[in-house]
Formats: sequence, C-alpha cells, structure tokens
Amino acid sequence: MRTIVCLKVVPRPEEVRVNLEAKTLERSGVRSVINPADLNALEIALALRDRHGGRVTVLSMGPPSFEPYLRVALAVGADEAVLLSDRAFGGADTLATSYTLAEGVRTLGGADLVVCGEESSDGGTSQVPQGIAEWLGFSQATYVDSLEVPVVGTLRARRVLEDGTETLELPLPAVVSVLGGANEVRFIDYDRWSMAQQASVRVIDAAALGADPAALGLKGSPTVVAGLREVRKPGRRREVLTLAPEAAAARLAEELRRLGVAHA
Amino acid sequence: MTAAGAVWVYAERHGESFRPVSLEILGHARSLASELGAPLVALTVGSGEGAANELARYGADEVVAVDHPLLVRYDTKLFTDLLEHELRDADPSVLLLGATRDGQDLAGRIAVRLRTGLTAHVTSLEVNAEKHLVGWVPGFGGGIEAGVVCPNRRPAIVTVRPGVFVAPTPQSIPGAVRFVRPPIDDRAFGTRRVAFELKGTSVDLTRSEVLVVGGRGTDGDFARLQRLAHLIGAEVGATRVATDSGWVERERMIGQTGVVTRPKVAVILGASGAVQFTVGIEKAGFVIAVNRDPDAPIFESADLGVVGDLAPIVDRLVKDLAEA
Repeated sequence: MRTIVCLKVVPRPEEVRVNLEAKTLERSGVRSVINPADLNALEIALALRDRHGGRVTVLSMGPPSFEPYLRVALAVGADEAVLLSDRAFGGADTLATSYTLAEGVRTLGGADLVVCGEESSDGGTSQVPQGIAEWLGFSQATYVDSLEVPVVGTLRARRVLEDGTETLELPLPAVVSVLGGANEVRFIDYDRWSMAQQASVRVIDAAALGADPAALGLKGSPTVVAGLREVRKPGRRREVLTLAPEAAAARLAEELRRLGVAHA
Repeated sequence: MTAAGAVWVYAERHGESFRPVSLEILGHARSLASELGAPLVALTVGSGEGAANELARYGADEVVAVDHPLLVRYDTKLFTDLLEHELRDADPSVLLLGATRDGQDLAGRIAVRLRTGLTAHVTSLEVNAEKHLVGWVPGFGGGIEAGVVCPNRRPAIVTVRPGVFVAPTPQSIPGAVRFVRPPIDDRAFGTRRVAFELKGTSVDLTRSEVLVVGGRGTDGDFARLQRLAHLIGAEVGATRVATDSGWVERERMIGQTGVVTRPKVAVILGASGAVQFTVGIEKAGFVIAVNRDPDAPIFESADLGVVGDLAPIVDRLVKDLAEA
C-alpha cells in the first residue's frame, strides 16, 4: 500500500508576537515544530505499513527551511520525504493549499491512502484534508482515531463525533484526517537518525509540479484578508492580586459566594 | 425557486431535530440577510417532514428540505452531491455551516467541489461597505483578528463554532417549506456504516452556567479541578494544550477550535490567555483567573486575577468551600 502523510511545520504559537501598530505577526526568530496532529497521522500510517507492508512518504508544502523537519519524519520511520517549495505556492488559502497538495500526490504517482492531521495548530481551518480528497476524487473520513485495512481496497475508519463514534468502511483510495492525540507517536529511531541526516529530501517546484499556475498560492485563493483589527476585549475589572495561598483562597471563596455559586 | 444571491444556512439534523449551532447561525443570518438585501434560506438534508416544518419557524424565508427515507445518517459523498445540486441551481451568495464534525467534513468538501472560498471558525460575521460578508478569525499570538472576505466567487462558505450566536425564539407563523425528493438508493452512499457507539454522557459547555477551566499550568492534574467544579456546580473545560495533551476529552475544549461559552462565572486555572482561548470565554459574566505568571495575558480577560501557584490555592479553596 502506498501512503502519503501530509505534514505541516508550524510556529510555536507562544513565541509569535503581534505588532499591534503594524498589525502584523512577527515570526522572525520563532522556533517551529511539526504540527502535533500530523505526527499522529504519521504514526497511524507507519502502523498500517508495519502490518500490511508498503511505503510511507511524507509530503509538505513550504520553504526550504522545512527540510530538517521532514528529516525528523524520516528518522521516525517514513521511507521518503517530499517538499513542495516555490514562491508561487505562498499565500495560499484552503482551496489553493489543498489543490497544491493534491497535485503533489498526483506528481508522486498517486496513492492508496493520504493521511493528514485533523487540523493545524496555526491556521486551524481543518478543511484541507477534505479539499485534497475532493481534488483527487478520493473517498474521505475525518476526525479518525483508528484505521484498519480489513480487506484489500477497503479502509475501516473510526470517526469520533460529538455523540459517539462511528465506524465506516470506505473504498480506497481515500483521504483520512487523524485526531490530535489519537495515538502514541513512536520515538525517533537512532539508527535511522544518522541515515535521515544523509537522506535527500525531494524538492518539487511549481514548474515540476505541472499544475495550473492560476490555481496556486495567492492567485488561486478566493479568500482575501480584508483587514486586521485588535480583538475587542469585553470590559473586565482586571483586578489582579498577589496573595499567599490561604489569603488567595479566602478571597476567591468570598468572590464565589458573592456570585452565588458557592454556599455561604 | 429561490432568488440567486440568497444567504443559505445548512441546518444539520440531529435525530428528529437539529444541531443547536445550526439554529444559532440561522438567528444571526436573519440580520445578515437583511443587510445584504437577500432572502434567507435554510437547507436541510434528512428524512421526515416534521423536522423540516419545525425548522421553518426559525426565521428563514424558505426552508429547502432534501428529504428521503434513506437520509438517516451523514455521508460525505451523498451529502456533497445533494448540496452541490441545490447550490448550483440556486446560486446563493453565502453558505453558513455549523463547525460540527460532520459540518466541517461537508464544508471542506463542498467548498472545493464549487471551487470557492471557505473561512473556518469565525467568531463574528459582518457585512462591509461593499456588501461582502466579512468573517472575523482570531490570529495567533493574541490581540489581533483577521477579517476574511471571498469577493469574487460564490457562495462564500463560512463555518461557525457552537455558542458564537444565540438561537432565535421559534415563531408561531412558519416560513415556506420546499421539499426536494432526490432519486437515491444505497449506491449513492460513499461509505458503509458498520458500527455506531453512542457515548454515555455528552458534554455541552455552551449551556453551562459555571465553568472551571484548566490550561497548561495544571500539569494535567484535572482531578484537582474536578473537586473544585463539584463544589461550585461547575462543568470542567480546558484549553487546547490540555485537550491535545489528552488530560481531558476533546469536547471540553474552549476557544476558537473548541466551543464559545457563556457562563455566569468562569474560573480559569493555569491558562496563559492566548486569544484563541479567550474568544471562548469573552461572553462570560464574571471571569476569575489564577496564574503563576504576573504578565500572563489571561489577566487582561479577567475580572479578578490571582498571581500564584494554582495547586496550593485550589486545594485550600476546596477545603474552605467544603467546610463551609
């Protein structure tokens, strides 16, 4: 089985600062991580490969600085790493992002299974996996916490919904989005670590992708940021006290009683 | 036939009724449609005329009910096909969906099917001077939000989290209902459901009057929060860090990727106060925050803040309240 895991590198949210005057995000010097849910997606793909054989490719879209993160995925167990990298891909919204990734899958010769994390911790739209499935005409299952291949050509996926879990059977090829925390991600294999440092990451630019240039990046994105503004915070009292635990607890108990949620 | 350019709301079925978020959106969409000078249409897909007739009491000018006895569960392929058919016919300017699991599954697929733009998880919706719908999405880092429009394609598709808007009171005189009866059979489904396990209890923090919320600073000890919650009749909520770490169930997540809550009182413990979280508590009546870091942004969103280690403070508070 040929599996492609889509992997996004995201800035650590606690390190991004906002310049309120310029209304921009200051990302310089901010460290990045592999989007946590994408590691759960990688794990689910590796576990399927362990059981059924096949090949796992990690696929990402971003600048060349993402390469070291793809090597981490190789050290964890992926067989191959591919980076879609071109200025033309920049500024993409969910439509253009899902198109570019779908074209990446096509360029790699297609796949039986594409696995994504449920959503990224920065953009957080959770709409890209469904978009990839539609561009490719694949079946889909979202918010999945476990995956099996009971018979060749069929996927059995358990979706976690608001009121319970549903187990679906769907035909391959398919796109699956995996819930963050769905599994324990295996540790980096240290025998693989040095191999991963030497391995080549295949970089594909817009020309090599052979995609419709009008559907890529900013040009291919129908949504536009029309404005930025400060979040209107409701008027709060903003009384802040530094107290020893006993005094703090007494003050909180008093406030909770005043609010009528604790017994006097 | 509905006029082109209408505002459409997808009303997701839940048993014999609808997901509350769908009705919440319908309430707010009424005023958006008025500002756009467009009719408001509620679209629902399911089985049974009763639910469709009930939906007609929530302010839409028209309900379009795609109705068939087989439509008793959501299926990506089938629902996308059915929505595509209605949307291509009607050519609405806007399609709003609740950001439920199935709602998001559908939104992402139909947006690409129609080659249009999608704005996910908005926390407010407005109409601008150019008569475009603007969806506001908090950016990360804090303090800033982006207004997203989809000016050149339609419909502009937008998903809204539960709790952002308030459901309207049902009216005594319902709007019109148009039933669509598609010729479908088993082969129209893209998936086969082989099992469904109902969860024993489901949590709906949008309805809680009191909340105790834990973040990174709890170090995963939610048992401590449970003790406090029990004493003040609260439900337990969490930040994204806490649910991603598996400390509590995902459905307890508050904020942009969780739910927007409206409790009378919220006690926030060990949360730094990133804007993606605070959007989920800004409609709270009174906010109490405890955090070790005196510079934590959560104190800007709190009525009463206490700087200190939460473990000894909460333990002492639990003791005080239990003895009272």
